[in-house]
Amino acid sequence: MAGTAPVADTAGAGEASGAFLDVRDLKIHFPTDDGLVKSVDGLTFQLERGRTLGIVGESGSGKSVTSLGILGLHNKRNSDVSGEIWLDGKELVGASQNEVRRLRGRDMAMIFQDPLSSMHPFYTVGNQIIEAYRVHNDVSKQVARKHAIDMLGRVGIPKPDKRVDDYPHQFSGGMRQRAMIAMALSCDPELLIADEPTTALDVTVQAQILDLIRDLQQEFNSAVIMITHDLGVVAELSDDILVMYAGRCVEYASVDDAFHRPQHPYTWGLLGSMPRLDRERSERLMPIQGSPPSLINVPSGCAFHPRCPYAELNDGKSETERPELVEVEPGHKAACHLPLEKRREIWADEIKPKL
Amino acid sequence: MFAYIVRRLIGAVLMLLLVSLVTFGIFFWLPKLAGQTTDQIAAGYVGKAPTKEAIQDTKERLGLDEPVVVQYGEYLKALVVGKDYKAGPVTDHCPAPCMGFSFRSSQPVLETLLDRAPATASLALGAAVVWLAGGISVGVISALKRGTLWDRAAMIIALSGVSLPIYFTGLVSLALFSYSIKIFPGGGSYLPLTTDPVTWFQSLVLPWVTLAFLYAAMYARLTRAGMLETMNEDYIRTARAKGLPEKTVVTKHALRATLTPIMTVFGLDLGLLLGGAVLTESTFGIPGLGRLAIDSINTGDLPMVLGVTLITASSIVVINLIVDLLYAVVDPRVRLG
Amino acid sequence: MNKMRPIAVVAAGVVAAAGLAACGGGDSGSSGSGPGYNAGVNAVVNKSDKKGGTLKFGSSDDFDSPDPGNTYYAFSQNIARIYGRGLTTFNPSAGEESLKVVPDLASDLGQSSDGGKTWTYKLRTGVKYDDGSTVTSKDVKYAVERSNYSDELQLGPKYFKQYLVDNKPAYKGPYKDKSDEGLKSIETPDDQTIIFHLNTAFQEFDYLVAMSQTMPVPKAKDTGLKYESAIVSSGPYKVDNYTRGKSMSLSRNPNWNPSTDPIRKALPDKVEIQLKQNADDIDQRLIAGSLDMDIAGVGVQSGTQPKVLAADQKPYVDNPVQGFLRFMSLNQNVKPLNNIHCRIAVQYATDKVAAQTAYGGPLAGGDTATTVLPPSVAGYTKFDLYPQKQAEGGGLDQATLGKAKQELQQCGQPNGFSTKISARSDRPKEVAMAQAIQQSLAKVNIKTEIVQFPAGDYFNKYVGVPKYVHDHGIGMMIMAWAADWPTGYGFLAQIVHGSAIKPSGGNNLAELNDPKVNKGLDDAIANPDEAARLKAYGEVDKLVMGTAMEVPLVYAKALMYRPKRVTNAGITYSYGGMYDYLNMGVE
Repeated sequence: MAGTAPVADTAGAGEASGAFLDVRDLKIHFPTDDGLVKSVDGLTFQLERGRTLGIVGESGSGKSVTSLGILGLHNKRNSDVSGEIWLDGKELVGASQNEVRRLRGRDMAMIFQDPLSSMHPFYTVGNQIIEAYRVHNDVSKQVARKHAIDMLGRVGIPKPDKRVDDYPHQFSGGMRQRAMIAMALSCDPELLIADEPTTALDVTVQAQILDLIRDLQQEFNSAVIMITHDLGVVAELSDDILVMYAGRCVEYASVDDAFHRPQHPYTWGLLGSMPRLDRERSERLMPIQGSPPSLINVPSGCAFHPRCPYAELNDGKSETERPELVEVEPGHKAACHLPLEKRREIWADEIKPKL
Repeated sequence: MFAYIVRRLIGAVLMLLLVSLVTFGIFFWLPKLAGQTTDQIAAGYVGKAPTKEAIQDTKERLGLDEPVVVQYGEYLKALVVGKDYKAGPVTDHCPAPCMGFSFRSSQPVLETLLDRAPATASLALGAAVVWLAGGISVGVISALKRGTLWDRAAMIIALSGVSLPIYFTGLVSLALFSYSIKIFPGGGSYLPLTTDPVTWFQSLVLPWVTLAFLYAAMYARLTRAGMLETMNEDYIRTARAKGLPEKTVVTKHALRATLTPIMTVFGLDLGLLLGGAVLTESTFGIPGLGRLAIDSINTGDLPMVLGVTLITASSIVVINLIVDLLYAVVDPRVRLG
Repeated sequence: MNKMRPIAVVAAGVVAAAGLAACGGGDSGSSGSGPGYNAGVNAVVNKSDKKGGTLKFGSSDDFDSPDPGNTYYAFSQNIARIYGRGLTTFNPSAGEESLKVVPDLASDLGQSSDGGKTWTYKLRTGVKYDDGSTVTSKDVKYAVERSNYSDELQLGPKYFKQYLVDNKPAYKGPYKDKSDEGLKSIETPDDQTIIFHLNTAFQEFDYLVAMSQTMPVPKAKDTGLKYESAIVSSGPYKVDNYTRGKSMSLSRNPNWNPSTDPIRKALPDKVEIQLKQNADDIDQRLIAGSLDMDIAGVGVQSGTQPKVLAADQKPYVDNPVQGFLRFMSLNQNVKPLNNIHCRIAVQYATDKVAAQTAYGGPLAGGDTATTVLPPSVAGYTKFDLYPQKQAEGGGLDQATLGKAKQELQQCGQPNGFSTKISARSDRPKEVAMAQAIQQSLAKVNIKTEIVQFPAGDYFNKYVGVPKYVHDHGIGMMIMAWAADWPTGYGFLAQIVHGSAIKPSGGNNLAELNDPKVNKGLDDAIANPDEAARLKAYGEVDKLVMGTAMEVPLVYAKALMYRPKRVTNAGITYSYGGMYDYLNMGVE
């Protein structure tokens, strides 16, 4: 678990840092008739090759928009993007659409949540992989087809030379997701973003897919961003965790820290909502009260304060001042007004025993 | 697939029988129900001042005194084994499938239908090309440029296209392009493709555009709505995530999915086109099936009315079968068993 | 042939209103340069002997049949003369001159003997069909037999059957009766001679044989009902193709010998007739010069009328009477119209100007009528037994209405009476006319209810059935009439002779059965002296008007358009006031 956890920014604005992926103060805002939707509002993180970052948060916390933003897939006509995204020394926010397009699929690829709706129903699985391969590699159809069969085999599809000509609807859910992964990895991308890759799948299949992603990551040595609301998935796969709330990062930690020494009341809430099979059933879950905030009218001060059971401990600071993300321990950042000691105390006395 | 086609074909034959029965009923039986005597019906086929004798002769010649069931039976029999027709000093034989002889021209119905069909086919297919090309491209551009001035202008023109009647647009286009600025030949200049391809084309440009205008407008709206929906699909996002150029995303991924449901509508429209063809053919003086249908109804040429109805129904059935088969080819999710 | 296309008319109106009207003239645009308004009514316009070119006809309708033996339509009889030659025909000219019968296939008019019951014609020698074979008198006989006696050919008139002596037992026509002799009352002693034996003295037989039914048909080439698509030509043009509902095309008959034919010029190389064209488009094409003639000859569409009456087009327009009388019959068996005074009251109180306006005004509707015979029929005499005057602000003046009221007094109906007016429901102008008459009659307290019937059944089921008329008390019936041949007898016999009263399908709607009228007609047709005959028709007309049973409304007129490049364009009265097609050519 040691090594390349993000440290303080070493590079200034406009310069490439050493990190493979370096997202700096990323903001993605959507002006609408009702007001400005701040889906992502100042997100900063780094990621190295071979490492996996889990981004967790509730629906609407901005995690999917972040991933689409990195790939340049957000709707450009109705959004404002600022900040910097450096991928292997190239800046993406200011790059032309065509440049970003060339990187998509080749240097960075994505796996989506619903593999059925994410594959074109009218083309065979093989064709879709071939297309993905040939757009970045100048090879003949035969070569691409061989590659596609090869990829299908590598993601564990039996008889890939036959299944290559099947249509998506002829695959089972797990197979489809494997095929999606094969497609995403067909050009050997250095960055793989998986957006809730297992949500739509059976529990038994979930584990297989996660294993597959982990195995392939090791094989390809890619950087992986795992976007999910399921902390179990993160625990299984990730090196680090980035907890998002209302478009911002509220806690950043290694998986070990995040599960054993979480520093933010929201993270506690997430942990509390996670069903555990190794505990007695008499203890009920502790869901977070209230509902996620509107991204148009983000609560003042700490965006989490209306739902935070400890907000009143801060003498009104919660309502007025936005807490900065500060490094509380090496490699562990959190954005909370509560004094560090108080947080450790609450965790140890109130939260941890109930989990 | 083969069994499916056979089943559809059998269904089609039954359907055509039903259509012929209903049409026969409407034109041969309803007048009797409404109290018309066969004398009165026959009087319609005699000249200005029909005598009793003339009416009697005509009745016998056309077999109008037979019960309707017998007449229908004769009709079906002729379809299977052919029919002889006494035209006075000569007797004409029309081989199976014989759809009878015109009450007006004494020509075999099928011969007339085959003579007229190419004009209507030229009109319909040409118009279909124009309206598909025009409607779909306008619809796609409108969808991609949603909310812009282009989009709004195109949709307003489309709306007017749906609401303007063919005889109006037809006569105005003739007045403008044939008689004022003489770019295209005027009405009645149609010649078959095999006779004179150049005139064929020139004479059909205005009718094509006139007929297509109505449909193009409809298809532009359909395409636009379909495109807007498709562009939000997950697989479009996937296609972009693969790094495909936007052009490929639109044409290969989005358009293909958008056009599939439009193809079904197109099949129906092509079959129902005869309605539009009637007006277009009348306006531009094209001797096609549509005009034949109207003339036959106006002159009470019952066998011809039946013939046009059957040939139209057949073409609708066939086109729909083709569309359904094509649909299975285009959309692999549709499996025919 | 009088179908209304209200929607198309509106569309055409909009086209005209859109300002396109002015651009339609093409190169003939310079105003007032044509031969002149109405120039073609009494004289042939643009006379020419220039051969060549293609004469292009169009029609919004079709032939009833182009088979000369199976047609009744006037235009069909008119155009048939370019591919067939009857024994006689009407003089190709304009106005009064066009009413004259001239020999055609026969070398002279008929020689009558037996007091007008036997008619002999001599055929010209050297007349050939388009296949090169020679025309004989037997072919003429055969043509009359097939057209009048066969079961199959039913579309034409049956005057020969009516007037020729029948066989005993009755002749069944050449398709059933295969004997060489055929109809015994037509003799062909040699190939050039044909003799007709009539059952009654008939002095206008030359008019009857002017019908296309005497155009020769070789028996070997007759295909009965299918002959219309395989016509054998005896005229200067042969029929290359006729397809019902589409077109007819004709080219020169190489075997036509001009020396046998003193009346035909045979100018164009080709004649094309497009059928079932859009009526409004036909008008556009006539004005644009891409079409030469509307073959139906019933005038331009109402939407086009303002356009052709504009200054630049008016010189190419003729406004002839069409041989039609629109009139109202007063049934003498429906009370109180059985009383002549009540009928005379209607004669005075019917505002003919209002009726004329309802039918389209003086140009498109026609002239107000005072006689049963229209001015285009031989025998027309001008008179007016019930003169009307218009008040200054429109409507009949008080003096005219006073006369009507006076007649009502004498009829014993001083407070007016009630009856019904019939009109054809699918002829909106006729219905409008009935409404106009209804309003004008109401001014003298004659209350009327308008009853409408479909044109197809008008005579067969409704007003042509005396019993129906009596049972339903329909005192007044609007109709129109044109002659089958343009003489007083041809016009009057079917509508005022007592023998024309039929249990159904009759045209004598008033049930007029006046011995003097009947005798006047019977005597006239037996009178070999043409001048006396024509005079007698005028007298019969006066007798009819004396009974006050027919109320003449308008002599129908139409706005005819003759494009600039058409040569030898003259209105012929013999075919109902359309252009004579016999010698028409193109510049």
